[in-house]
Amino acid sequence: MVHTSLDVVDEKISAMGKALVDQRELYLGLLYPTEDYKVYGYVTNSKVKFVMVVDSSNTALRDNEIRSMFRKLHSSYTDVMCNPFYNPGDRIQSRAFDSMVASLMPQVC
Amino acid sequence: MADEALFLLLHNEMVSGVYKSAEQGEVENGRCITKLENMGFRVGQGLIERFTKDTARFKDELDIMKFICKDFWTTVFKKQIDNLRTNHQGIYVLQDNKFRLLTQMSAGKQYLEHASKYLAFTCGLIRGGLSNLGIKSIVTAEVSSMPALTSMSDHTLKKEKLDK
Repeated sequence: MVHTSLDVVDEKISAMGKALVDQRELYLGLLYPTEDYKVYGYVTNSKVKFVMVVDSSNTALRDNEIRSMFRKLHSSYTDVMCNPFYNPGDRIQSRAFDSMVASLMPQVC
Repeated sequence: MADEALFLLLHNEMVSGVYKSAEQGEVENGRCITKLENMGFRVGQGLIERFTKDTARFKDELDIMKFICKDFWTTVFKKQIDNLRTNHQGIYVLQDNKFRLLTQMSAGKQYLEHASKYLAFTCGLIRGGLSNLGIKSIVTAEVSSMPALTSMSDHTLKKEKLDK
């Protein structure tokens, strides 16, 4: 499901290039809903894609909350990137990053 | 004021450090330049990740180059690029008339041959930044008169990649 959503991400970005200036936000919003899940997307300027899959039955999560979660995820990713011991492209093995992701989870469930 | 000096001093130390360690191992000049460039590349990747965190998505290549000239250059060198030219086919020429890393050297022709050491890191910086923004590029720098720097950045590579 995450893999299919990546295609949607690409579609959205290429469509966005032609779109208006104020639509150039990093947060892409709801990519597509399925029966059980909602898929949200976020792309950084460095073309790194974040995808979040949320249970459809969870109506407590608003767009704004998802956005702020992505923001947190992004700033945490930035910290990982700026770590001199991290090689770009490798698998992320950072305890700080893991615990940040874990701290986002209880909000969702 | 002080933080600017710190970067200059660290950069000078880095250049001489790389060259000193090379002298012991009898390595030629080119490898030191490559080493410095690679250091710059990694730093550029990290920096661009931080700087573009809160900016809107870029429209096109020119938009990215403008960002490099204005925001990126101002943060690293405390001034903007003086002149940006392009042929709209993937070649960009950036000109800085008072390049910070060279202002401390005398303006004559005396040190012209040593200038390339002090440009390698910056070349890598630009290349790393661009590569993280999705542009594969070749960056070269040249100095004609002392504190002025012309930096060519060429993404013909990128076009090839798109065709595949």
